[in-house]
Amino acid sequence: MSTPPAILPKDAAAAEGKVNVQINGKWYRFPKGTRIADACNSVGAHVPCFCYHPKLSVAGSCRMCLVEQGMPPRQAPGTTPQYGDDGYLPISWMPRAVIACANTVAENMGIRTTSKLTEEARRGVLEFLLSNHPLDCPICDQAGECKLQEYTTDYGSGTHRFTEEKTKKGKNLSIGPRVNLDQERCVLCRRCVRFMKEIAGQDVLGVVGRGTHNAIACYPGTQLDSNYSMNVVDICPVGAMTSKDFRFKMRVWFLKSTPTIDVNCGTGTNINIWTREQQVYRITPRQNDAVNSCWMPDDHRLNYKFINAPTRITTPLVKTDAGAGQRPSTWDATFNMVVEQLHRMAPSETAMICSARMTNEELYMVRALSKQLGVTKLDIVPRKGENDGMLVSEDRNPNTNGAKMILGKTGAGLANIRRGVRNNTIRFMIVLGEDLTAEAGFTAEDLAGLEYLLVVDHSENETTKAADVVLPGVTFAEKYGTMINVTGRIQRLNKAIEPIGDSMSDWEICRNLSERLGCDCVRVIACPTPMSVLDEMAQEFEPLEGITWGSIGNEGKVIMETGVTIPLIEREKAKK
Amino acid sequence: MSYVKIKRPKFSLLDKVYVVELVKGLAITMRHLVLSLLGKSRGKEDFSTKGVGVCMQFPDERWDSRLPEYYRGAPTLVRGEDGRERCVSCQLCEFICPARAITITPGEVDPTSNCQKQEKAPAKFEIDMLRCIYCGMCQEACPEQAIFLSKEYLITLTDRKQAIRDKETLYRLGGTRKGLVNKWNQYK
Amino acid sequence: MDAIINWYNDLMSNEIWFYLIHTLLKLVLMFAVILAFVVLSVWIERRVAGWIQDRPGPNRAGLPLFLLQRWGSKEKQPLKNWLQFFGIPETCWIARLCTWLRLDREIPCWGLIQPCLDGGKLFLKQETTPSYVRKFYFILAPMLVLGPPMVAAAVIPFASEVNTCYGHISMCVANLDIGPLWIFAISGLSVYGLTLAGWSSNSKFPFLGGLRATAQLISYEVSMGLSIIPLLMMFGTLNLQQIVQFQADNGWTLLPLWGEGLSWQRWAMMLPLGISFIIFVTCVFAEANRTPFDMAECETDLVAGYHAEYSSMKFASFFMGEYAAMVIGSAVVVTLFLGGWSIGFGADAALSAYSDWLAVLCQLCMFIVKLLAFIFFFVWVRWTLPRFRWDQVMKLGWLYFLEITVANIFLAAAVLYFIK
Repeated sequence: MSTPPAILPKDAAAAEGKVNVQINGKWYRFPKGTRIADACNSVGAHVPCFCYHPKLSVAGSCRMCLVEQGMPPRQAPGTTPQYGDDGYLPISWMPRAVIACANTVAENMGIRTTSKLTEEARRGVLEFLLSNHPLDCPICDQAGECKLQEYTTDYGSGTHRFTEEKTKKGKNLSIGPRVNLDQERCVLCRRCVRFMKEIAGQDVLGVVGRGTHNAIACYPGTQLDSNYSMNVVDICPVGAMTSKDFRFKMRVWFLKSTPTIDVNCGTGTNINIWTREQQVYRITPRQNDAVNSCWMPDDHRLNYKFINAPTRITTPLVKTDAGAGQRPSTWDATFNMVVEQLHRMAPSETAMICSARMTNEELYMVRALSKQLGVTKLDIVPRKGENDGMLVSEDRNPNTNGAKMILGKTGAGLANIRRGVRNNTIRFMIVLGEDLTAEAGFTAEDLAGLEYLLVVDHSENETTKAADVVLPGVTFAEKYGTMINVTGRIQRLNKAIEPIGDSMSDWEICRNLSERLGCDCVRVIACPTPMSVLDEMAQEFEPLEGITWGSIGNEGKVIMETGVTIPLIEREKAKK
Repeated sequence: MSYVKIKRPKFSLLDKVYVVELVKGLAITMRHLVLSLLGKSRGKEDFSTKGVGVCMQFPDERWDSRLPEYYRGAPTLVRGEDGRERCVSCQLCEFICPARAITITPGEVDPTSNCQKQEKAPAKFEIDMLRCIYCGMCQEACPEQAIFLSKEYLITLTDRKQAIRDKETLYRLGGTRKGLVNKWNQYK
Repeated sequence: MDAIINWYNDLMSNEIWFYLIHTLLKLVLMFAVILAFVVLSVWIERRVAGWIQDRPGPNRAGLPLFLLQRWGSKEKQPLKNWLQFFGIPETCWIARLCTWLRLDREIPCWGLIQPCLDGGKLFLKQETTPSYVRKFYFILAPMLVLGPPMVAAAVIPFASEVNTCYGHISMCVANLDIGPLWIFAISGLSVYGLTLAGWSSNSKFPFLGGLRATAQLISYEVSMGLSIIPLLMMFGTLNLQQIVQFQADNGWTLLPLWGEGLSWQRWAMMLPLGISFIIFVTCVFAEANRTPFDMAECETDLVAGYHAEYSSMKFASFFMGEYAAMVIGSAVVVTLFLGGWSIGFGADAALSAYSDWLAVLCQLCMFIVKLLAFIFFFVWVRWTLPRFRWDQVMKLGWLYFLEITVANIFLAAAVLYFIK
């Protein structure tokens, strides 16, 4: 006779608000209301899903996540439950599989993800899905990250029993300015439909036709033109929705993904940059439930072309004679020349403009440089836009909080500098990472009137064209660094490619200039990496106390209270 | 026992002095030398060749007619019977190539082509013959039967740039293959 | 005309000028012969290797006629155009002979110009000097390898002596009384080249190669010197010219078939002399770093040995130095054991009685023939024997050869004592 333990596991779990679930023969505890699919995935028993997405409502339409499930038999009236040695009731298994995405766990539930029944169910589902699938993987952009490919490799059968003619549907349909649809590849999971309805709030996609002629399509007169339309490409488990931008550019297995953050607005959307051999091919959002959930806006996603554009400045450019054009030079010669020119400058007649698009490390080094030069007229260029009520923040600078913390500036002094330039009290200028003719409000004449203009930037623009010396900096994909977003979260930028050409990280340029100008502060000139700059900053700035490169992690860390929230995240929290 | 004891031959004193064995060895090599010079080397009758030894006098005499069916020469691209470029630039050959000899720039299919359903075709397809090691893995990996190893083995270059064969050259060398790949026509 | 002859007579009558001029001529001849032989021995090596391995070896390199076509018109200039030019009919035997000799395509050289082309290639190769080497010694080393064999050759007589109206000429650049010692001393210097190459390359395998070369050379130098002592006891002189003269008169060391050589005393000496010969030849192989003793450049353990870091002509210097050492080694063996320049069977004396100059010419030819034969032997051994293991090489040198040579000296002394 078995002797159950004194405290039954069900009571122990209930005290924590949890339930006991047996998965593949082992017992685990999960909070009440956990979906079976999530429960299984969290303990390493993988459940394949097409239609289920944790951020969307449950559809349960693909049937891919079928698992074998069992519960204790219902007690006959008047009997006492017979607990086993381990304190659990015996499980009687259901003769048919259930879908893991739409059901939640319950006390003493049993789940098998590797049983014969499950395997057969999965193979059957895959066979049906593949009966009309065009099998054009060689030309499909999704190949390599396609769920259908993966599951077919894992669970599918190697042969095709379907000899009838396949259903013909539309291929290569343009359903929006940035997205292409291939109805034949579609497995009708309706993730895209749910995304557009629930997250993007632009209900343009739906399923048309009947039976085997079911297909995704836009409602008449509409098209998929939301600023979040490309997220359907990410969530599409197969190659039905493909990005027009990435179409036929590169197979995904050649690409290396680097986790980093977006620098187009103050939100600091978490992204992956996909590169191959110094070339950036695409950007996809990276899940961070505190910043961007799983999504990102299209205009930010597509704003990477300048990284490999021919307008990149790859060598230092100098004007050696007055009136002559810029010509390429070496770093050493340019540094020597710049240092000589900077020594001749009067600090009172000099202004520095840096950018809140720079990382904290770079801003720290800019501050060191300004101290070394004795320049007090220093500010950033503010950028304001409209908050789209989703992810795009009204602050279009990604590191305004960092600039405020390190330099104590928010762009208020910019007008003063502009006035100084116009009334000729400022004759020398150092500009880092900004095109003054754009948001800063300078005109080309203002710049031409300057006696000396030193510019650090990565691409050609009106300001670099007017400059006496241009030092090539790098884009966000080529450097390490940290930024503080609008909610006060410090996040890391990672280097996806090496600096293009001879270009050099801005913090390194500033450090080298300070050193050559005679800076003897070891904390500035001895910094070998951005990580050690961060360590130096952690000692100086109160919000950064205890922060190291490693402790930030891939999801960032909140270091200050700003009171700003991200609307999409707030909505997601409210839903729960 | 994790090792096997090898039985070493026992040497007599005569063997150990080595001189006799040395002379025997010299006799063997001398016999080969004389037979070579007389044109009577062993195995010579298998090659219908002239001259010393069992060597084929390469540029004058060639092995071409005896190359086996499975011979692996320079890789080439082929067209189907319908004149369609079989390659869809799936880049599997580029991926599998152990010497990284293949470089493909994918692109849209030519709008005048006879198979729009294929959608994708290489904009550029280059094989660096200085890198190619003739392993045949590209042929094996190709899902479209588009790349084949020809019997061309004599690749002589006067310039490194010549080594890079572009798409046109590869299609010219590959020619047309029999056997329809029905994947991209209306029947599918 | 008379003035020139008078001036020539005056010049040659002056002893110093006479000495200088004939020495210089011999020197030029000597160097020309040795360098030619270095090149030739490379060809011999490759051809013989080919034959032994049932292949032709380098047989293609000829002077192609397309060179001539390039100079003239773009059209081909086949043989018949040339024949026509000289008015020779195509059916004539000259035409057929030319065709048979493949003159219609190229001037055949049986691959003889292959080494020249190789040399040209090595000249044109990119010269790389690694950044981590010790530059001065790195450049010095190949010179030190090529130099000593050339200098050592100075004492080797390539023909007998001639009496001219101006004086006596010994057909040997430096007729020293310490011939063998000079050779041992100078050729021993070449190991400095290998050692320096190994050390200055500042790299692991070359260094090991250099060490091996040094150890091997020292080990075998000892046995080499000791092994010829029985020989010297018999000859009673160290002057190589006299040694060869003795062999010409009394039978070669290993072939005493005329003169005093027919006496039973000489045949009694064959035992120690035979042992001397075997050991000496083995030591020459070891000194020349030839297979089976090429431990210093053993690919299986040491990549390429001491010259792993060398390229282009510096590498070629090592290559040539090795072949030069082989040529000189052969010359020494021929001189000491195989009668040097002597034609044998009393022919030398008969010829010089007829004409000194004719004798010298024949003797020079004889010397070259013997040299070629021994070079062939070198090559033959190389393509027969596998390389020894390093410990076997050391064991052979120190445990066997040294003891045997010392015992051999006593044996020779005893034989000499009893037969006198």
